[in-house]
Amino acid sequence: MTWLSIIVAGILTYFTRMTMITLVNKDMLGDKIKAVLEYVPSAVFPAIIFPAIFINDYGLFVEINDPKIFAAIVAVIVGYLSKNIIATISSGLVSYWFLIFVIFS
Amino acid sequence: MLSKKQLFTRGMFDISPHMLSVIPFGIICGAIGVDLGFDPYLVYAMSIIIFGGASQIVFLQLLSGGASSLVAVTSVGIINSRHLLYGAVLSEYLEKLSLIKKLVISYFVVDQGFAESNKFFKKNKTEQHLHYHLIGTGCTMWVCWQISTLSGIILGSFVPEELGLKFTIPLTFIAIVVQDLKKIDHVIVMITCGLSSLLFFDAPFKSYIIISPVIALFVASLILRLKK
Repeated sequence: MTWLSIIVAGILTYFTRMTMITLVNKDMLGDKIKAVLEYVPSAVFPAIIFPAIFINDYGLFVEINDPKIFAAIVAVIVGYLSKNIIATISSGLVSYWFLIFVIFS
Repeated sequence: MLSKKQLFTRGMFDISPHMLSVIPFGIICGAIGVDLGFDPYLVYAMSIIIFGGASQIVFLQLLSGGASSLVAVTSVGIINSRHLLYGAVLSEYLEKLSLIKKLVISYFVVDQGFAESNKFFKKNKTEQHLHYHLIGTGCTMWVCWQISTLSGIILGSFVPEELGLKFTIPLTFIAIVVQDLKKIDHVIVMITCGLSSLLFFDAPFKSYIIISPVIALFVASLILRLKK
């Protein structure tokens, strides 16, 4: 049963990937829609970022002084200035570790 | 004009920094699956059949929490529905390809790969074999995902939970959008999406993950109208 569910979930997931790529052609997308689609990264990724920072494993909002919030701010500043992906991720992770293992421990 | 091989390599190169978050996250995904008591073969098969980071964990957590398979499958479908938006954006660049090629490439479309290839496409619209960049990012992600989830399954409970490696996921996506903070319209769209995701977090089937982008894109269309 679990195997069957995984296969169905896999087919569903594949359809989400394949549908637009195969069905949409240039004539279907007007300039207006194309202009809106320019915003897709900015409109999608915060839905992954925000809950991962502000909501804990139990589905509750974190405290205002949660280490994740500070670490995310560090990552944003470092990322903005350095324009470097590795610097962004590692600065966020290292400051998170520093906060949970040194300051808050 | 870049050759196919050059574009493929460029894709691999552009996606590689994200491995800093994808590999730890893959290890955690594998470890959680085994930890929840699922058959290791089943946990690994998901990486091939579904190939979709967070949705794999959610699927197993729902099932082990006593949810029906229908709920678990629906949740995976809804979480991954964001690929519809990626596909709509990418379709413009993949239009000339044969159906078979489109069907194969589709399997490799993932968040980070889409983001990096889309950035490259926008700057290099005239290149002929652009899709090789997407294949490069997608295949790199695929190989790393397979190796890391498999490692997680083997390591199992040896993976130290207190390191908080899950936190690398928001960091990877911060790295993707952070340069757009220079543009006020993008900032408004990002904040709309982020706040909506917190507001609708408890909506059924994890649907906040598609509700908030739809709201944010609606706001984007309003911004475009005001700009004129």
